[in-house]
Amino acid sequence: MSDSFLPQKDEIKRRLEGRYVGAVPHNRALDLRVVDYRPEHLSLSLPYRDDLVGNPETGVLHGGCITSLIDATCGGAVILSLTAPRRIATLDLRIDYVRPALPEQEVICDAHCYKITRHVAFVRAIAHHGDQVSPIASASGTFVVFRDPDKGES
Amino acid sequence: MTKMRDAVDELRSTGDCTALQKAIPYARFMGITAKIVDDDVLGTMRYSEHLIGNALAQKLHGGTLGALLESTAIFKLLWHGETNAVPKTINITVEYLRGADPEDVLARAEFTRHGRRVANVRVFAWQRDPARPVAVASAHFLLVPD
Repeated sequence: MSDSFLPQKDEIKRRLEGRYVGAVPHNRALDLRVVDYRPEHLSLSLPYRDDLVGNPETGVLHGGCITSLIDATCGGAVILSLTAPRRIATLDLRIDYVRPALPEQEVICDAHCYKITRHVAFVRAIAHHGDQVSPIASASGTFVVFRDPDKGES
Repeated sequence: MTKMRDAVDELRSTGDCTALQKAIPYARFMGITAKIVDDDVLGTMRYSEHLIGNALAQKLHGGTLGALLESTAIFKLLWHGETNAVPKTINITVEYLRGADPEDVLARAEFTRHGRRVANVRVFAWQRDPARPVAVASAHFLLVPD
């Protein structure tokens, strides 16, 4: 990231982690971490863990925790796109699993909120093992943006 | 015979998902189980504090509902027994209809089309009233090795 030399970036990342990951019980239970952020973009990582495996024969993470990772990252990208604090909720989320995930490897999700209107936000996301060029999953989501003041994340 | 295959066999012969649920670490972590009710798979996600996605409003995390919907579809495909491989999710679209309260969630799946290679599945998740689903999904599964 071109602006990573900014001394405050790590501090903002830590605060973002506390607010968006630490304050959400399920994100905390999955131990999600903030990898990077910039306006309209957020990257979170899901560390590999034995208790999140979906098929013990392959040791690959369950699709469910990847869904949670993608939902959390997309929602966070929307929050980073808001000009005022607003409550948001996922309307729908589509995930294409383009390649099996590998065992013993963390999964990173990069989400981009590419359009936000008065009431709706549109997000695209990719999940991968560190190389965006060979994604595990590709996703698109829409979120509703509530006009009443922020009452915490959705 | 692997643990997974044994568990699938047990599900088919006895209608008991316990062994299958035990064989899947993530299902244990999430409190996701399934049982056969009225000759159909009924998925359940037992409420636990770590499933919360909005601590202020006390609503379940959207990802956890997606996990229950996907798992219920897979349990149903395995129980139906037309595939020996564990079905692979090609894609899943989850629609979130209302906030899910901090309590158990139930789910039922139906096949919109069950082919030899691909199954199209609709899944519904609800809490107190099946007529008021909290989330629905439509998903495609690959039933043969890729």
